[in-house]
Amino acid sequence: MSLICLDSICRRYEMGGETVHALRGVTLSIERGEYVAIMGPSGSGKSTLMNIIGCLDTPSSGTYVLNGNAVAEMDDNDLADIRNREIGFVFQTFNLLSRSTALRNVELPLIYAGVDIDERGDIARAALADVGLADRVEHRPDEMSGGQRQRVALARALVNKPSILLADEPTGNLDSKTGDEILALFDALHAKGNTLIVVTHEEDVARRARRIIRIRDGLVASDEAVS
Amino acid sequence: MSIITEIVEGVRISWEALRGNLMRSVLTTVGIVIGIVAVTLMATALEYLNTAFRDAISFLGTDVLYVDRNEWFVDSNRRFDRMQRREKITLAQVREVEEGLGNVRGVAPTVMHGVDGLRYGDRSTGMVLMIGTNDQFIITDGVALASGRFMTKAEAEANRDLCVIGADIAEKLFDKESPLGKRITAGDERLEVIGVFERRGSVLGGMSLDNQIVIPIQKMTRSFRGDPSCVIQVKVGDTGRIAETREELRGLMRKIRRIPPGGEDDFAINQQEALVGQFGKVSAIIATAGFFITGLSLFVGGIGIMNIMFVSVAERTQEIGVRKAIGARNRTVLMQFLIEAAAICLLGGIVAVIIARGLVEVARIYLPKVGMSWHVVLLALIVAIATGLISGFLPAWRAARMRPVDALRKD
Repeated sequence: MSLICLDSICRRYEMGGETVHALRGVTLSIERGEYVAIMGPSGSGKSTLMNIIGCLDTPSSGTYVLNGNAVAEMDDNDLADIRNREIGFVFQTFNLLSRSTALRNVELPLIYAGVDIDERGDIARAALADVGLADRVEHRPDEMSGGQRQRVALARALVNKPSILLADEPTGNLDSKTGDEILALFDALHAKGNTLIVVTHEEDVARRARRIIRIRDGLVASDEAVS
Repeated sequence: MSIITEIVEGVRISWEALRGNLMRSVLTTVGIVIGIVAVTLMATALEYLNTAFRDAISFLGTDVLYVDRNEWFVDSNRRFDRMQRREKITLAQVREVEEGLGNVRGVAPTVMHGVDGLRYGDRSTGMVLMIGTNDQFIITDGVALASGRFMTKAEAEANRDLCVIGADIAEKLFDKESPLGKRITAGDERLEVIGVFERRGSVLGGMSLDNQIVIPIQKMTRSFRGDPSCVIQVKVGDTGRIAETREELRGLMRKIRRIPPGGEDDFAINQQEALVGQFGKVSAIIATAGFFITGLSLFVGGIGIMNIMFVSVAERTQEIGVRKAIGARNRTVLMQFLIEAAAICLLGGIVAVIIARGLVEVARIYLPKVGMSWHVVLLALIVAIATGLISGFLPAWRAARMRPVDALRKD
C-alpha cells in the first residue's frame, strides 16, 4: 500500500456566493521514499492539494489514506495528531515563532506529542545539529539569517520523524546560494530514505526531485519521472 | 499532551507574549487593577466592620440571657410605646426567678442609674453609670477584679454602704493611691470602696465600661432609685443549653407575671445573638451594594481584557496556524489564550493587592485596628483569575476554532 493514496479528491469553496472548484478530482499515489515536486501556476489548485496532503484542510469529496489512516473523515483533534506525527512542514516564510529561541521552536512538536520534558531538549538539540545549527540553539529567529531560519524550520519539521516532509516554496524567500544549501539538505534527506514533497513554481527546484506532478485547473495535467 | 504540560506551556507562552507587548499589557491591567483594589478594600472594610462590631458587643456574654421589659430591637414606635407601659420587673419577681430556675451558673438583677459626679476629697468625676446588683453579677457580667473583692450575698441583700468601681473612676479619684477602704461620695451617700474592676475599654464607639460603679441592689432601691424595673442577667454557663434555658425562663416568667395561656409575653429575653443577627442584616446590605459596585468596575476591566485578547488573537493568527500545523489541538490553543488572559489579570491582581495594602496602611493612621487578612488577598487573586478566564474565553474560543489552513493563509 502506498504511503499517500488520493482518490478523486475534490475541494470546493464558497466565495461571495460563488462556488470555486479548487480541485476537481485528483487521483494519485506517492510511495515511501519518493522525492516529488508539485508544480503549477497560481490558481491551479496546487496549494489546495498541498493543504489536503498536509491535513490542514479536508476534501469536499474523495478519499485520502495517509500511511493507512483514512484522513478525510477525521475530526480536528485526530487531524492535529496526524499532522504532529506524520507530517513535517516547511513554509516559504519559515513561520518560526519569533519570540522563541531555535531550541524552543524545535521543541514545540515534541511538546504537542507529549514527549517528556527531560528528553525534549536532547532530541531538539540533535535535530538542530543535524541541520548544522548546533551553535545557534539559543538564538532567536531575528538573530539568524534566512538560510539559518529555514534550517531551524527544517529541524522542527523533522524532529518527530514524520512520514512526509512537506515543503511549500522552501527556497522562495532565499537567495540562490542559500536555496541551494537547503536543496542539498533535501537531497541528503532523500538519500536517507525520507519521503519529500516540494510544492514550487521554480523549474530548477522541481528538477532536483525524482518525479514532477503538474497541476492545472484543479486536475493532474502530467505526472512524470525526472529523467 | 497532559494537562499539566499544557498549563506549564501556556504559562511560558503567555509570559513571552506579555513581555513582548509590555506597554499594552500594563495598560490593559489598569482596569483590572482598579476593580481588584475596589474588591480588596471592600472586603477589608467589611471584615473590619464585622470585627469592630464583635469587639463592641463582646461585653455581652455569648451565653447570657437578658430578661427585660423591652426588646432590644423594636420595629415600630407604637410597639415601643406599648412596651413602655408594660408592668415593671420587680425585685420580688427576680427572687422568684432565682428560686424557680434550675441549672444555671448565675442570676443577677441589674438596675442602671446615671449619677452626676462621684467625689473623694477635692477630686470628682463626671457622669458615671451606677449599677445596682447582687453578688452574682461578677459571674453573669464576666468582669474581673484588679484589686479588692466583690460584694457577698449578704452584703447585696442588706442595705450596705459599699461599692466596686471601674478603672477610670479609680484613676480619677485616687490617682496612684489605693482606693480600697476609702469612702467616696455619691449624691448624699458615702460608700466604701471594696474592689476595683480590671480595665475593660470602651464599646459601641466610646461608651466606657471603666466608668461604672457597682453597688448592692438594696442600696440602689433605697437611696437612688425606688421601685425600678430590673434587667435580669442569667448566665447559662453552657452554650449548648441556651435555647432550652431560654424556654424554661420564658415559662417561668409567664407564670410569675400571670400571663394567661395564649396571651402575649409582656417581657423580652434578649441575647447577644439578636444584636449579631441585626448587624448581620445591615452588613449584608452593605456587602451587596458594595460588591455590586465593585462588580461593575471589574466588569469594565473584564471587557478591556476581552478586547485586548481579541486583538492578541487576531495578531497571532499566523502563530495559531503554525501551532496547529505542527500538532496543537484545539484545546491546547484554547488553554494557551485562557492562561494568557488569566495571567494578565493575575498580574493586575497582584499589583492591586499591593496598592490596596498601601491604602490600608494609610487608613491605619485613623483606624489603628484595620488590617488586611490573607483570605482577603486570596479572594482578590481568585477573583482576578476568574475575571481573566471569563473575559478571555470568547477570544480563546475563537482562536481554538480557527481552521489551520485559514489561519496560515492570513499574513
